[in-house]
Amino acid sequence: MHRTGELYGHFETLEQQKESAALGMWIFLVTEVLFFGGLFLTYTINRHAFNTAFGAGSNTLDIVLGGGNTVVLILSSLTMAMAVWSAQVGKKQLVSIFLISTLALGTVFLGVKVIEYKQKFDHHLIPGSAFDIRYRSKHPTAADKPEEIATEKEELEKAFAKDPDLNAHAQLYFSLYFGMTGLHALHMIIGAGLLVWLIKGSFAGRYTPQYNTPVEIVGLYWHFVDIVWIYLFPLLYLIDRHR
Amino acid sequence: MSEHIVSPKIYLVIFLTLMAGTAITVWAAFQNFGKFNIVIALAIATFKATLVVLYFMHARYSPKRTQLVIVCSVFWLAIMLALTLSDYQTREHTVSHLAPPAIFNLVRT
Repeated sequence: MHRTGELYGHFETLEQQKESAALGMWIFLVTEVLFFGGLFLTYTINRHAFNTAFGAGSNTLDIVLGGGNTVVLILSSLTMAMAVWSAQVGKKQLVSIFLISTLALGTVFLGVKVIEYKQKFDHHLIPGSAFDIRYRSKHPTAADKPEEIATEKEELEKAFAKDPDLNAHAQLYFSLYFGMTGLHALHMIIGAGLLVWLIKGSFAGRYTPQYNTPVEIVGLYWHFVDIVWIYLFPLLYLIDRHR
Repeated sequence: MSEHIVSPKIYLVIFLTLMAGTAITVWAAFQNFGKFNIVIALAIATFKATLVVLYFMHARYSPKRTQLVIVCSVFWLAIMLALTLSDYQTREHTVSHLAPPAIFNLVRT
């Protein structure tokens, strides 16, 4: 393919090339919206049908970890946007600094997710033959506050009174929890890989006010993944908290 | 080049608004608004998502054809949600009347 510097032969100008790339990325993001949209639709139908079980499942999640992760992810979107700005105004060193910050914050998010998944394994909340939503209240550890366990037991008994099949229906909630957060995390891992590639380019001083398309395009992807989490956080973590 | 450069000040204001939105979402979840809890949560999330699209993703400063693609994505999503949910709403047997999925009945409780 004929190429002059960063400009491919089938484009007139770098600006036209960048607009075409952004348009292509947005079309890809439309397919992503519908892809995640299908999952949100499945979630809506099941939450509507099994409201009690979804509330009970949601209450097992840790708001501090989930909320903290929301802050971390939005902050990473800010650093990503700042990386684009740094490239646009020609501050090459700042591009690297902001890209590395974005990668670091993305890694923190994934690390917290690992801690949360581990807790769910420990509490027998993985859908399958060992699933038991009462497990934690039946087997409290020394770290669990007795009054917290007592409240959890009481809430679960109330939930079982409303929905005798709670243990089966709560597995639908956790299937969606792991499916949706897992796919989100997979997108984050792919994003982290793209960031490593961007950081390599930034060390070589590739991104300038004239040419910063890769930073802009990966930025679009990163912000999209942020938007998915903006919906996932209230829908998964914040059901029926007012009790 | 005639591209629009969004200033760090705008990015910071958007970031702070998104943080405030997150705080309000968490606060609202602990209040009992009945049926409106989910409406409030989704309204705030949509407001936050709109800010991200308009400013972080530069949609506000993008060419019209890019904006058209963005609006289309919301439109297709709305079609998928509206038609599927109206189908579930108007059927005699809703999901909740079904027995638990067979696979979960194999599970010991």
